[in-house]
Amino acid sequence: MRHAISVYVDNQAGVLSRVVGLFSGRGFNIESLSVAPTLDPAKSLMVITTTGNEQVLEQIKKQLNKLINVIKVVDCADREYVEREMILVKIKAEKETRAEVLRIADIFRAKVIDVSPKSYTLSLTGDKRKLEGFVEILTPIGIIDFVRTGTVVMAREMQGRRKLP
Amino acid sequence: MKKITGAQAFIEALRCEGVTHAFGYPGGAVLDIFDAIMDARDIQFILSRHEQGAVHAADGYARASGRVGVCLVTSGPGATNTVTGIATAYMDSIPIVVFTGQVPTHLIGNDAFQEADIVGITRPCTKHNYLVKDVCDLGRAIKEAFYIARTGRPGPVLVDLPKNVMNSTVNFKYPESVNLDSYCPTYKGHQGQIRRIMGVILKSRRPVIYAGGGVTLADASRELAEFARKLKLPVTTTLMGMGAFPSGDPLSLGMLGMHGTYAANMTVTNSDCLIAIGARFDDRVTGKVDEFAPKAKIIHIDIDPTSISKNVKVDLPVVGDCRMVLRGMLAELAGKDGDLAEMIAQTEPWRREIDAWKEQQPLRYCRSEIIKPQYVIEMIDEIAPDDTIVTTEVGQNQMWTAQFYKFKEPRHFLTSGGLGTMGYGFPAAIGAQAAFPGRTVIDIAGDGSIQMNIQELATVVQYNLPVKVMILNNGYLGMVRQWQALFYKKRYSHTSMAVSPDFVKLAEAYGAKGLRVTRPEDVKDAIQEALRIPGPVFVDFVVDPEEDVYPMVPAGAPINNMLLV
Repeated sequence: MRHAISVYVDNQAGVLSRVVGLFSGRGFNIESLSVAPTLDPAKSLMVITTTGNEQVLEQIKKQLNKLINVIKVVDCADREYVEREMILVKIKAEKETRAEVLRIADIFRAKVIDVSPKSYTLSLTGDKRKLEGFVEILTPIGIIDFVRTGTVVMAREMQGRRKLP
Repeated sequence: MKKITGAQAFIEALRCEGVTHAFGYPGGAVLDIFDAIMDARDIQFILSRHEQGAVHAADGYARASGRVGVCLVTSGPGATNTVTGIATAYMDSIPIVVFTGQVPTHLIGNDAFQEADIVGITRPCTKHNYLVKDVCDLGRAIKEAFYIARTGRPGPVLVDLPKNVMNSTVNFKYPESVNLDSYCPTYKGHQGQIRRIMGVILKSRRPVIYAGGGVTLADASRELAEFARKLKLPVTTTLMGMGAFPSGDPLSLGMLGMHGTYAANMTVTNSDCLIAIGARFDDRVTGKVDEFAPKAKIIHIDIDPTSISKNVKVDLPVVGDCRMVLRGMLAELAGKDGDLAEMIAQTEPWRREIDAWKEQQPLRYCRSEIIKPQYVIEMIDEIAPDDTIVTTEVGQNQMWTAQFYKFKEPRHFLTSGGLGTMGYGFPAAIGAQAAFPGRTVIDIAGDGSIQMNIQELATVVQYNLPVKVMILNNGYLGMVRQWQALFYKKRYSHTSMAVSPDFVKLAEAYGAKGLRVTRPEDVKDAIQEALRIPGPVFVDFVVDPEEDVYPMVPAGAPINNMLLV
């Protein structure tokens, strides 16, 4: 099962290494990772997406909590949340495919952020599935390279089904 | 406020922590600290002959006394030599603080002389560690290090001290409290959960307590004994839990697991309610995990939430300090005399069944013309005073000691349980002897293990620490040889210690006493003689080279599948 975990940590040197070392040392998997300071500059937020059964996820959360520099661990599965990641795709765009690439970009609401006579670089944000769909559609045209960020997540402000008045 | 150097502040911090003993080895990066130590007459410094010895000594000091052990070494090789000792303490949750020197901050990362990234290296084997880059942070780092080491589930903490930090000056004031938002161990168990587990225990018909090192660490052995006796619960202990419940008690089953007693393993396998207290379901205890206590509701009391349901799915966990939770459990018995009497009556057949197992298959060995190692241990137990502290190395010597020495008190048996570190026992004995100069301290060793830290002979002679080392000399790395005999068709690949020193002459060369025993009838006299000699003694017992440790559960088999003698 894929799982996103938000880990609030002290914004200090070496903390990332403690977290990552914990995953590798205990054989846990990291699918993606994103780290940046939070509203409080003394803290950083790591969003880790990982896979594993319930027991493994339970261990991951407990082991993270055990690290002295970890302030809080939030399992996104416990709440409704929104998730985004970003991809930059450099794609072949020669005479016959230039228009096609732009059409696909338009459908996905991707942006062209760099142009050359033989390629476009597109940027797209969305959840993991949308990005994967985008790559799948572009693949036959000829992807030169792509780069993806880790997932970031945020709990929805209004939890639960919205009641209509 | 007078300005003092970082090194002086360091000494001041140790004083504030009540440190009276430190073990270590000097070097370039810690010259300032060692200079300051020379003036600190209230802190006894013991110079080991290898940094590994110093960490194990600090560890032995901590296990024997319950206080935090302190170790101080230099940068680079000095620091890396501590890694095995730190990992040993980490696996067994022993509170020590290791101070390492470091190259000056402006040289860090430059591959400077005697530089090693010891904070990086020890991250996975410390509870926490620090690199102090500014002398203003020194007090806070040391305060937190001691606090983290001894609280919650204890463990080793390393503090890396760059040379320029230690010789710069500071207006020093040791912090009075720590401020760690993200670290607050749970001591008090959940009341509702304690009530629930007592309900389950009182309804059980085949209960057993499985007690581990956490009972000793929480100083909960008195509460454990009270609880077990009140409910007439049989108790088995792990290697780390030896002494947490008195071996001689009729309710005691001895150790469980790979080399556990028949009675302990059968009891656990047939139990309907396993009460794990401060134990972590190590693979040497559980054997094949799916068949461990298959019929039992599993109750687990542990201060570390990560221990719960890590290896074995737990039905009723309580996170908390073993002593506080046991007190809570005892308190739950108030007004339940009827239930208690009913339970004791209903569990009587279970205890009779267990007594039959004990009688059928007690721990035993065959006497012969050659000295049997088990006999040596029985004789040490018989002759040594009650308050003797016994350390062991790792292997057969360790298992026989756990089986045949009847430990009655916690903190009397110091052994490397989790990491299984050969070479632990001798330096650990040094630490224990430093903590308790008046008590008898005995290291039960093998001829292989003792050679791993034999250089510490110089330390015991220098400080006149009267440690007695009893070498069970079988000429082999016995435990490995035993596995080779059982599972590798007796192909003894590199387990014969074909060349060993003459331990008697070696001891004498260092200025200690050496004795050699080759006949069973001389064993008692030799032990008495060794204990009579005021200084350190090596006794070389030439024992049966082919003696094996039984019972034995083959690795990965269920624990009721035992090879008996």
